[in-house]
Amino acid sequence: MLKYQSQAVAKPYFIGALLIFSLQLLFGLIGASVYVAPTIVPVDLLPFSVVRMIHTNALIVWLLLGFFGSTYYLLPEETERELFSPKLAIIQFWLFFVAAAICVVGYLFGFYDGRSYLEQPMIIKIGIVAVALIFLFNCSMTVLKGRRTVISGILLLGLWGVAVFFLFAFYVPANVVIDKMFWWWVVHLWVEGVWELVMAAILAFMLIKMTGVDREVIEKWLYVIIGTALFSGILGTGHHYYWIGTPGYWKWIGSIFSAVEPLPFFAMVIFAFGMVWKGRRDHPNKAALLWSLGCAICAFLGAGVLGFLHTLSGVNYYTHGTQVTAAHGHLAFYGAYAMVNLAMFSFAMPQLLGRAPYNQRLNIASFWTITGGVILMSLALTFAGILQTHLERVLGMEYMDVQQQLTLFYWIRLAGGAITMIGFLMYLVALLVPNLETAGQPAALKPAE
Amino acid sequence: MIERLTKTAARNIFYGGSIFFFIIFALLVGDSFRQASQMAEAHPISDSVAAGKRVWEKKACFDCHTLFGEGARFAPEVGKVWLKYGGDKDPAAARDTLKAWFAAQPTNISDRHQMPQFNLSDAELDQLIDFLRWTSAIDTQNWPPKPVTR
Ligand code: HEM
Ligand code: HEM
Ligand SMILES: [Fe+2]
Repeated sequence: MLKYQSQAVAKPYFIGALLIFSLQLLFGLIGASVYVAPTIVPVDLLPFSVVRMIHTNALIVWLLLGFFGSTYYLLPEETERELFSPKLAIIQFWLFFVAAAICVVGYLFGFYDGRSYLEQPMIIKIGIVAVALIFLFNCSMTVLKGRRTVISGILLLGLWGVAVFFLFAFYVPANVVIDKMFWWWVVHLWVEGVWELVMAAILAFMLIKMTGVDREVIEKWLYVIIGTALFSGILGTGHHYYWIGTPGYWKWIGSIFSAVEPLPFFAMVIFAFGMVWKGRRDHPNKAALLWSLGCAICAFLGAGVLGFLHTLSGVNYYTHGTQVTAAHGHLAFYGAYAMVNLAMFSFAMPQLLGRAPYNQRLNIASFWTITGGVILMSLALTFAGILQTHLERVLGMEYMDVQQQLTLFYWIRLAGGAITMIGFLMYLVALLVPNLETAGQPAALKPAE
Repeated sequence: MIERLTKTAARNIFYGGSIFFFIIFALLVGDSFRQASQMAEAHPISDSVAAGKRVWEKKACFDCHTLFGEGARFAPEVGKVWLKYGGDKDPAAARDTLKAWFAAQPTNISDRHQMPQFNLSDAELDQLIDFLRWTSAIDTQNWPPKPVTR
């Protein structure tokens, strides 16, 4: 069923990603429980800090696994040739997966060192660079020898950027102001820079396949989207340089440029819906299409709307470092990067497992459940954050006293998390368990393009 | 007008613009780097301050607390905690209070967020406190809006 045999290497990546996603959600639920019942887990066994670092690191790892797998899946179709080395791709998967597993176990026993999102011990960080080099070598060789397309070009540019900016994880100066400045070169320049290139390329690939729109028509728009992303996102880094000991001019630069950052996300909404509107093909994979459109919308809501809400320095002065940030972090990461991956898994898994059509109805139900759960979490945290801002930053109450006032919202967040987890289990069943309804029927899916 | 934009032109604008904005960004970051280094000349980063920062990193304090608003949101901001305990007026007393406070963790109060007992040595505690004393001297553009004082 696959057009190119080597596309099959995407399968372990996607399954590995789903496994680590489940770990992320599990530790999210533990963290949310500790918020409402602080002594529910003995703090000396498993402090909140370890729960959070597993939650956030698992997030990054599964998203990267998803990006790697998606790249391996789409490159053969884009370049019209097999991958340079499928074997290397499998080796790379196991290196990364095992390193991640060791890392998590290490965290539980206190082996961590670094900064937020970058808690990996030095040896693991070096391993990540090695894995990235294997990956980039494999992909670049494939692209160099095959057909060049705008999509594969933008995708690779984004992925090279991911690797290059990760190198700043190794720069940890003793001056905390400089340290923080360059920490954002990893964190911000990833999610509001090069990851957007990856997201746009993967979305464009899926939409071409599903709508049948001619690629000539959209390539120009892809450049417009990623152009607005980087023109606003690079200097938009300034929205993190307001209060960390950096000069005052960042208030202007950060506010002005980051205020434009919602634009590429808005453009992606127009782009995705425009393609479906124009498209003549009635693709049978309705679930993947729903995830793709949902991705564009939720990315716009989480990154664009919730991001804009607190990005101007006059607002950020009050909301900085409150639950407003966590509300935005959740919906933005979910909408932009979790959903683009879940869309790709929905799109590719039936092919990879030779099992189309699969349980679309359950997958579509899981879409609404997971998305509803995450939106509920984000809303609860937005309200918690606004109240926290008022009590702590306007009235000047103590942090710990304010937390007592937010318990109701934290319960709602926990409920949202539980709904998310239920939806995720539905998604797993829809994707991986053979579909009883349609089992035995001849595959109705026509290979696209 | 947008119709007349060709694919090649769009690509060239993308590359040219990105490089242009990155250069501006790098120059500004360079200037901020210079100013942050100057600040460190006025408030030298002693070996103890640097070691304290390493304790902060190795114990992942930022995975509960914020430092200048960055980190997790499970526990209070600590960028100016030295001033909260009156370190600018009576450094010795502030240091003792902070040490006693560390020693009292965890509180095991069931509706209060818990901080673990890290069993830091006295030297490590001094380093950590020196680090937090150093951060309290940083000009954060008057953030936070309502610093908590005693
Ligand atoms: C998909 C893209 C995005 C993702 C995944 C994302 C994610 C995040 C995360 C996780 C944080 C918290 C970082 C930390 O302190 O640990 C954050 C902070 C922030 N984000 Fe985003 N973001 C995205 C896009 C945007 C956009 C487009 C804007 C502005 C329009 C924005 C504005 C902000 C601001 C102002 C903060 C700082 C919050 C504070 O002061 O505490 N973000 N973002
Ligand atoms: C079962 C569902 C989930 C629950 C209960 C949950 C809970 C939590 C908790 C308690 C934190 C720590 C907040 C703090 O520092 O005080 C957190 C942080 C975070 N979570 Fe989740 N989470 C869930 C799902 C997700 C999903 C689906 C994503 C993204 C796709 C995500 C992304 C993040 C990020 C980026 C952070 C760090 C953001 C920040 O510090 O502001 N989480 N989560
Ligand atoms: Fe940002």
